Amino acid sequence: MKHDIVIIGGGPAGLAAAIAAKEAGVEDVLVLEREKELGGILNQCIHNGFGLHTFKEELTGPEYAARYIEKAQALGIPRLLRTTAVDLRRQGDSVVVTSVSKQDGLLQTEAKAAVLCMGCRERPRGALNIPGTRPAGIFSAGTAQRLVNMEGYLPGRKVVILGSGDIGLIMARRMTLEGAKVQCVAELMPYSGGLKRNIVQCLDDYGIPLKLSHTVVDIEGKERVTGVTIAQVDGRLKPIPGTEEHYDCDTLLLSVGLIPENELSKAVGVELSPVTSGPKVNEQLETNIPGVFACGNVLHVHDLVDYVSEEAEQAGRSAARFVREGRDAGQREIPIKTAGAVRYTVPSTLSPGRMGPEAVVRFRVGRNMRKATVRVLVDGKEVLKRSRPVMAPGEMEQLKLKKEWFTDACQEAVIEATDGQEGN
Amino acid sequence: MAVRELTCISCPLGCPLRVELDGQGQVLSVTGNTCKRGEEYGRKEVTAPTRTVTSTVRVEGGKAPVVSVRTKTDIPKEKIFACMEEIRKAAAKAPVRIGDVVIPNVAGTGVDVAATKAVDSLGCPQ
Repeated sequence: MKHDIVIIGGGPAGLAAAIAAKEAGVEDVLVLEREKELGGILNQCIHNGFGLHTFKEELTGPEYAARYIEKAQALGIPRLLRTTAVDLRRQGDSVVVTSVSKQDGLLQTEAKAAVLCMGCRERPRGALNIPGTRPAGIFSAGTAQRLVNMEGYLPGRKVVILGSGDIGLIMARRMTLEGAKVQCVAELMPYSGGLKRNIVQCLDDYGIPLKLSHTVVDIEGKERVTGVTIAQVDGRLKPIPGTEEHYDCDTLLLSVGLIPENELSKAVGVELSPVTSGPKVNEQLETNIPGVFACGNVLHVHDLVDYVSEEAEQAGRSAARFVREGRDAGQREIPIKTAGAVRYTVPSTLSPGRMGPEAVVRFRVGRNMRKATVRVLVDGKEVLKRSRPVMAPGEMEQLKLKKEWFTDACQEAVIEATDGQEGN
Repeated sequence: MAVRELTCISCPLGCPLRVELDGQGQVLSVTGNTCKRGEEYGRKEVTAPTRTVTSTVRVEGGKAPVVSVRTKTDIPKEKIFACMEEIRKAAAKAPVRIGDVVIPNVAGTGVDVAATKAVDSLGCPQ
């Protein structure tokens, strides 16, 4: 049996994409989910602060997920749980997902279109090159979060955290509330990648020191971590001799970045961006493979789930349109280029002929900026100029490109962010 | 006179605030802010700071060992650990529904602790 749309992943992106596709009139939408329940990472994010944009109230992760799960149920969208997609390929006019599960064994799902909603993974210790032994007691912050919040198990009592990403900050507070002693958070960079709000409410509230420009230079312990050594780093991020401090601890948490999980995307031949590690997409959020769309953290790592939902709704609508009308292959696409401190844009191409009245572009800058100016240029001509009092690498930005700015002859659009500090 | 140094969290700017208090704990001045919200945050944060507490509570007879919970609204900051003490001792009986009150009037704050997730009973079919 051939489905209209298969959604790979039942987290916030997959749920919003499925709902939007169904609401756009597509009858046969199927969601594949690896876990035993829908909701994805939101299930372990029990803290509040989700949904301020979408629902105008501060929900916890499970509450935010429940709103979408209930809606998907009300729309009668079928899902296969405990089902892990292991391969994706194109076959004629179809996409075929191969998945495995305890109940069905090996399963092949054929569909007219697929939406990639696999999310991201944490960067592991192996990617960090920390010297020292390999004892138990080293967890990624998200693993610790799952153990505490879903399994009801406290993974350690005396803790050091490396990396000040938001999950690390959230876990500093969570472990403290559960009775563990969090001794410090070490951050390699001279600034934190986490939200200000989290630094104040997760560290300052509990007197946990944030040591900027510090890293772990040694891990001790044979069976279990017994201590770590932290040192200050110089401007080239090299440890400064003589600045070492030892901490006795049984646990080291790592909160050192997220990487979009694109094994399936690679399998089907999706072209990835070296900057985001996610698929390159056009303004329909369609990849270079016809009928394969992407949204959420598999596309690029987001800061707020509200933006994931919004982006996924767009991907769901685009997939619905593909099912209805097929690919609008005759349309010319132009690149959306970056300038100044802009690191990347999603989408990275756009078709002036195919786009709706507006196309949302999401982007991030590569450094902290004050009194910044964001400009959009079409073929060198400024079509939008906006001042931003502050911009930070940790926060996603977005703007809307208007169809009226483009003509059939346009060659490129450029998104630029400057603050007069270029080249410093 | 006392001085409190804070980081404003009203927006991503994160202004460094300096709040001056008199001997009775009355706010004399807020400086360092660049907007009105900063002043309001500074005043509230030194006189009556509040936080929402989120945690988990043990579940008896459920498909999951714990259920996530929250204080329905924010509570005084100094009550956080008293609140956690009650949360640690509490248990919920499956089935649990979102919004079920797990601890009424936690730590005498007048605020209830409620479940933020549903947990089915062990025998309940998928």
